[in-house]
Amino acid sequence: MSSAALRRPALTSSFGPYLVAGAVFLFLGAFLIIPVLKVIQVAFQDPATGSLTLVNFQDFFASTLFRQSFFNSLYVASMSVVFASAVALPLAYLTTRFNFSGSVVIQTLAFVPLIMPPFIGAVAMQLLFGSNGSLNLLLRNHFGVTLPIMEGLNGVIFVQSLHYFPFILINLSASLRNIDRSMEEAAQMLGSSGLRLFRRIVFPLAMPGYIAGASLVFVKVFDDLGTPLLLNVNTMLAPQAYLRISSVGISDPMGYVISCILILFSIFAMWVSFLGMRGKDYSTTQKGGGGLAKRDLRPYEAALCYLVVLSILAIVLAPHLGLLLLSFGTIWSFSVLPDGYTLAHYETALTSAWGFIQNTLLYAGLAGLIDIILGTAIAYVVMRTGVIGRKWLDYIAMAALAVPGVVLGIGYLRVFYSVEMPGSGQPLATWWGIIVIALAVRRLPYALRSCTAALQQISPSLEEASENLGASKFATVRRIVIPLMAGGLVAGFVTSFATAAVELSATIMLVASERDAPLAYGLYLFMQSAAGRGPGAALGIIAVIIVGLATYFSHRLIDNARRSRTDVANNGGGH
Amino acid sequence: MNQTSTPIAAETAVAETLPDALQNRLQPIGIDIRDLSLSFGATQVLKGIDLKIEPGEFFAFLGPSGSGKSTLLRAIAGFGPTPKGTIALDGQDVVGLAPWKRNVGMVFQNYALWPHMSVARNVAYGLDERRVPKRESVARVNAALELVGMRQYADRYPSQLSGGQQQRVALARTIVVEPRVLLLDEPLSNLDANLRVQMRQDLLKLQRRLGITTIFVTHDQEEANTICDRIAVMADGVVQQIGKPDDVYDNPANSFVANFLGTANVLEGHVEKAASGPVFRSAGGLELPCGDGKAGAAKLVLRPQSIAFVDGGAADGLQGRVRSAEFLGGMIRYLVDVGGEALLVDELHARGSGRRREGEAVHVRINHEQAVLIHR
Repeated sequence: MSSAALRRPALTSSFGPYLVAGAVFLFLGAFLIIPVLKVIQVAFQDPATGSLTLVNFQDFFASTLFRQSFFNSLYVASMSVVFASAVALPLAYLTTRFNFSGSVVIQTLAFVPLIMPPFIGAVAMQLLFGSNGSLNLLLRNHFGVTLPIMEGLNGVIFVQSLHYFPFILINLSASLRNIDRSMEEAAQMLGSSGLRLFRRIVFPLAMPGYIAGASLVFVKVFDDLGTPLLLNVNTMLAPQAYLRISSVGISDPMGYVISCILILFSIFAMWVSFLGMRGKDYSTTQKGGGGLAKRDLRPYEAALCYLVVLSILAIVLAPHLGLLLLSFGTIWSFSVLPDGYTLAHYETALTSAWGFIQNTLLYAGLAGLIDIILGTAIAYVVMRTGVIGRKWLDYIAMAALAVPGVVLGIGYLRVFYSVEMPGSGQPLATWWGIIVIALAVRRLPYALRSCTAALQQISPSLEEASENLGASKFATVRRIVIPLMAGGLVAGFVTSFATAAVELSATIMLVASERDAPLAYGLYLFMQSAAGRGPGAALGIIAVIIVGLATYFSHRLIDNARRSRTDVANNGGGH
Repeated sequence: MNQTSTPIAAETAVAETLPDALQNRLQPIGIDIRDLSLSFGATQVLKGIDLKIEPGEFFAFLGPSGSGKSTLLRAIAGFGPTPKGTIALDGQDVVGLAPWKRNVGMVFQNYALWPHMSVARNVAYGLDERRVPKRESVARVNAALELVGMRQYADRYPSQLSGGQQQRVALARTIVVEPRVLLLDEPLSNLDANLRVQMRQDLLKLQRRLGITTIFVTHDQEEANTICDRIAVMADGVVQQIGKPDDVYDNPANSFVANFLGTANVLEGHVEKAASGPVFRSAGGLELPCGDGKAGAAKLVLRPQSIAFVDGGAADGLQGRVRSAEFLGGMIRYLVDVGGEALLVDELHARGSGRRREGEAVHVRINHEQAVLIHR
């Protein structure tokens, strides 16, 4: 045994991991670090002389339009957090504190908004809640009043908070569920009850979850391009960046200044979330403990709860219902409901828009594939090898979360426009493959977390057993690690696929011709004209079905993977 | 989960004297539980518990997991489903009363310190709820922390404390409000072995100093025996026996109690009248005189230390054969086939004394005066 160890030099065993780590690092360097650094560099560069300067930022804040956009973005993001909290708090409280038969409905339906990008429902929301929408027509006819729900920024806030509230709901519910019952009982034993108990014990303990969810909502809304664009609200940061780059050109510095601001706020929100969480791992449930005590509802309380929950859900599901109506309606204008119903829009969507659907399946599929390959490589290098600086691979890959799609798109345009494709001489930035890479980089954090979780659950002793029986590192990874990770890998693939399929902000920058455009972009094109709304809505429904199915299967797979992992843990005795 | 490896330093020991701020305020009260039953859905967890605990007593609920001991403790504190029957604290029935209106102090198994509050704020919590003026509150918090030897940790957060320290803080938090009763739910189970021995002495010291009526829930008979005045042995939601630890050990009411408190040989059989007096005859055929047994089916409890090997002239011993041996450190426990029964026999171990081989023929003498007869 010792002679074998002596014969094999230490170098060969550590060479492979470095090769893998190096390849991953090159990819991330080329497609994440350089584009983002380039964006930041250009923002601080004098467009004429190329010297380092703050003049672009001065120009930005000197412009009324940009100042307006900046404050609008801040306002919309903050108000969206407020309204999303207003929706999420009662739902989280109800499901975690009471034995309420509607809990399952809430928890399931709460995910529904997530499987549809907010911009898809935006047009439908206008038809339901706009100044001439169903609700206001009814109000005007019966009460002579209208509600400016969809006017300007209100519309963006309304659509975004309905879309993103599940982030708060999920995080807050998880926090609440992780509070040990004894935390509450200890307070009761000392004389505390009711609201005081909630304010002093339960809410502070759930705070980290709330902050995590709220800061995520803030960033998502702050960065979002599609929704304001479709609602025709252009005085916000992301639309301004897009409009500057697409109309003035990629040399205009304003797009880059806006990108810097978007990155800054992303990092700021993550920092807030980190501060909120630091040293506060409040998940206090222990073996034998249980979550907070749930109380039975009296019949009238249950009825009241159902009323609250159903009215919240009715609003939350409005975009989906509206989209469905729109996709089947003939003409829907100045009326509460469409005039008639038809399948023609689906026919149009499936014929003239078939290319979009094909492109989407191809792009999102390839992006998902790249993500799980990179994710597995990074997870393995980080957790199972001694590569120096391996943690940085993980940090860099996760940093993609802080890079808004608009920023990545602008960075790609700037960096890869001057790079020619070998052979054709076409700029790399206009090649459809660059869209795939952009999607892969944007969704890598999701896949990476899945891969890491899957690998974490595999006891190293299972690998050691394989090596002990004579299998090489590579054979062990192929025959033991990958099969055991399979559930997590597929879940990671599907998550990347589903979210990439409806991504708009980076792709809208990178689509060079309609022939190369994915579904989200096609939808955006359709929704521009009144005649295109019907087929656009049908396309939206198709997108929802694709993403919905993918999400459903990913949940199934995650469940299965979890089950098999617990088996491994029980039998293998690993963790 | 808890870091319990930190050895207890001298400064974290329980104070020798009761601080002024806590002096002479706690009046010990009695607890009277009558016909208490409780169900979780269809499962009946407590079945007609009758129990009387004297003021100032250190009392233990002892039983295996699932015996209902923790449920009973929680019922006294007001947690869990509302039971049937009465729980009288100082003569007042508290069944149905909300936990926060009982003034019953409980120390949770996992300590349940709030991670978002410092040690001082944790301890002050109950005083805040009672609207105790700030100045007095500070004095009492300090006194309570002093009492458990944690004064210098007042500004730390629970996550910065070891398991033993967390427990002391949990104790301080509970006693600072001067509860009428102190309930301890398996307080030592999350500590490592050395700390457990030290902590149970500290608990006893503290209880004596405060004079507070205390109930201690445990599944560990050694813990209950070493520090409690009286114990109630529980199984299947029923109190099997109540008494002083040595009384219960010496006179187990049934075979469950006999087996749960220490090791016992429990022989099935019956009592017959013979010329020399009553005789117990086991199912395997072993015969032993028994003092005052009345005829009929019975069980005989024999502790392993009541049986001895007789070496050499084996005139008065019973013949047997060694089946197996376990080395326990201070003694060796043999399983010996004697008269159709397999009996556990303890023999003190001396250095270099070796042990009896398997299959070796031996003679044993049973000290039948130590045996306890249980009639069915």
